[in-house]
Amino acid sequence: MKKLLAITLALVLCVGLFAGCAGDPTPTPSQAPETTGNVETPETTEAPATEAPAKLKAGFIFLHDENSTYDLNFINAAKEACQTLGVEEYLFKTGIPEDESCYDAAAELVDEGCNFVFADSFGHEPFLVQAAKEFPEVQFCHATGTQAHTNGVPNYHNAFASIYEGRYLGGVAAGLKLNQMIAEGTITEDQAKLGYIGAFPYAEVKSGYTAFFLGARSVCPSVTMDVTFTNSWYDPTLEQEGANKLIKNGCVVISEHADSMGAPNECQQQGVPFVFYNGSAADACPDTYIVASRINWAPYLVFAMQCVMDGTEIPADWTGTIATDSVCMTELNEKAAAPGTAEKLEEVKAALADGSLKVFDTATFTVGGQTLTEYMADVDDMGDFVPDTNVISDGLFHESKFRSAPYFDIDIDGITNIDA
Amino acid sequence: MNKKERTPVVHIVKRGALPWYGSWGIRGCAILAALIVCGIITSVVTGENPIQVYVAIFKGSFGTSRKFWVLLQNIAMLLCVSIAVTPAFKMRFWNIGGEGQALAGALASAACMICLRNVLPNWAVIVCMVVSSIAAGALWGFIPAFFKARWNTNETLFTLMMNYVAIQLVAYFSVVWESPKGSGNIGIINQNTMIGWLPQIGRYKYLLNVIIVALLTVGMYIYLNYSKHGYELSVVGESERTARYVGIKVEKVIIRTMLLSGAICGIAGMLLVGGTSHTLTSSIVDNRGFTAVMVAWLAKFNPIWMIFTSFLLVFLGRGAGEIATNFSLNQSFGDILTGIILFFIIGSEFFINYKISFHHSGKKED
Repeated sequence: MKKLLAITLALVLCVGLFAGCAGDPTPTPSQAPETTGNVETPETTEAPATEAPAKLKAGFIFLHDENSTYDLNFINAAKEACQTLGVEEYLFKTGIPEDESCYDAAAELVDEGCNFVFADSFGHEPFLVQAAKEFPEVQFCHATGTQAHTNGVPNYHNAFASIYEGRYLGGVAAGLKLNQMIAEGTITEDQAKLGYIGAFPYAEVKSGYTAFFLGARSVCPSVTMDVTFTNSWYDPTLEQEGANKLIKNGCVVISEHADSMGAPNECQQQGVPFVFYNGSAADACPDTYIVASRINWAPYLVFAMQCVMDGTEIPADWTGTIATDSVCMTELNEKAAAPGTAEKLEEVKAALADGSLKVFDTATFTVGGQTLTEYMADVDDMGDFVPDTNVISDGLFHESKFRSAPYFDIDIDGITNIDA
Repeated sequence: MNKKERTPVVHIVKRGALPWYGSWGIRGCAILAALIVCGIITSVVTGENPIQVYVAIFKGSFGTSRKFWVLLQNIAMLLCVSIAVTPAFKMRFWNIGGEGQALAGALASAACMICLRNVLPNWAVIVCMVVSSIAAGALWGFIPAFFKARWNTNETLFTLMMNYVAIQLVAYFSVVWESPKGSGNIGIINQNTMIGWLPQIGRYKYLLNVIIVALLTVGMYIYLNYSKHGYELSVVGESERTARYVGIKVEKVIIRTMLLSGAICGIAGMLLVGGTSHTLTSSIVDNRGFTAVMVAWLAKFNPIWMIFTSFLLVFLGRGAGEIATNFSLNQSFGDILTGIILFFIIGSEFFINYKISFHHSGKKED
């Protein structure tokens, strides 16, 4: 017994010693003076060809791995962007949860010499900001976040894309499918009902499904839509149940904003056409998958990494559009889509790209029977939920103008939340 | 040869107690064999040099001082949950609800940080956090223990289901306390005021957690080996009837032990929320409640050995992450290697308890 106690004490001492030793070296490596210099003096216009660009090492933080359609989309974009720019050194950290681990992962990437760090999940934001404050010489970019334009951390940046344009196009495809069903007599005009599985009742989701609905209504005026929420970004079972519930409720075309294959698989089984998100599902669901919209993150990553290499500033908020190729549609499945969908999508896409068509034109929707003339949105996320900015002017809801992350969170007429 | 009676070529014999160097020799060989198998699989499947993979695994924990601290922090948290479930296991009460008990503690801590931030001064919030998270964890342990003691319900299922209740509660409160609205995400709690954040010792963010868990570990060792309670619970574990015969109140021991088990899990939850992450998500305990079962078993319920077993598991996990990052392999590949190594380690226990003798000469006496 005494021996054991002695061993214990010796161990405790050892651990103490270890801890003491490990703590001594200063944790921040001094790898960044060139980068800092470049950021402070943006001399890019002068002789950019002769001066070698700052060496870039990129680090990426992903919430899950390739098995999540959401993260796969980011992983592919990161690889593509690094290839485009000839960035050879890049590191991926997959499966990083939205807690202290995200800060640790970011700090470790900086330790490895990364001078550009990107994280892909909304909940990573506060921990990435924490890292950005600690390593001012490194540029941190975050997808879908809301804080960069107000928190005053100069090396922290948000980005998003006007994915509502893609969803609008998806809605057009769904509307054409409804029209085909009406023409074939499978449903009546009154039965033209869409179903939508959303993750959270969050602006990003609401903006997306409203755009989807408006796209469908632009071609099929009698359409209505039911929405259900899973309260999770990734839950195959709940998403599958959600699809089932909507189909039972009489929805004849389904779409979703959540990250698993749960809903598409259910639709395939029940033979219900659906519009997907993040990437194609043509392989898994050859009979029912119509088309998918997705954010192409490569243009942003190329832009941001180029900024780091050139030493130019990355804007606090960056919004990619259908015109910058940040929003794109995946392959159209002719087997499930209504005839003529491809041509119609091209036409609408061109109109969105040249600005002649706006998704959130206030003339196209009503709230409580009224057309909106002003709307105060909570653009500045101070944790107070206080609406601070009027985002409607000239007959248009200006989505993603005042910050990159969506803030359209209005419940418009024609859409029913069946959970409420 | 020409005898009709067949003697098996291999037969398995129970060993007597091995000297310590014997059993550790076997364990060492098992780890070596595991590393060789991992090496072969690595080079066959991925084409990477296995030595480099091992170096990367090692660097995942010891590469930089930051990684070393993360290692210590992860060991501390895993060890905390492990020593929490140990007394129950020693009593043969299969508490696989460590996850839920720790989550209950985490939820209680977060609730104090959010609801009391404008009401009480910082120190009082922290006191409330400590008390309420211990109480919440203990409650999560008490409920299955009470049912077991009273109606002999199955504790394995009961504690398992209590995990899901806790996860759902946390998911619910994530929506209640969400920021920004609709996101289902709490974010960092009291980021500017730092109310309810446990104090940091010097510039070592994780040191406080490590110290607290070290004290708990030593305390649990003493409790299990030198206290009357510890003796009682091991008697209940060995044989309930014996325990009754010698006058131990089995129901009382079950409830008391599970209160302790849950309370320590509650502390783990509080350390995760108040000490390091300052947020609450339903995945914050990160399956430690289940991994703890393995830590406790591998160490044969000895809290001091658990330092090593939890080190081993965390070390392998961190190494898995490192090779995923360095060789662009999926994290799952690291998990495969961890699985192989654990298989060998657990398998080695067989060779410690039994020996295989090949039939060569004449019969041996039985």
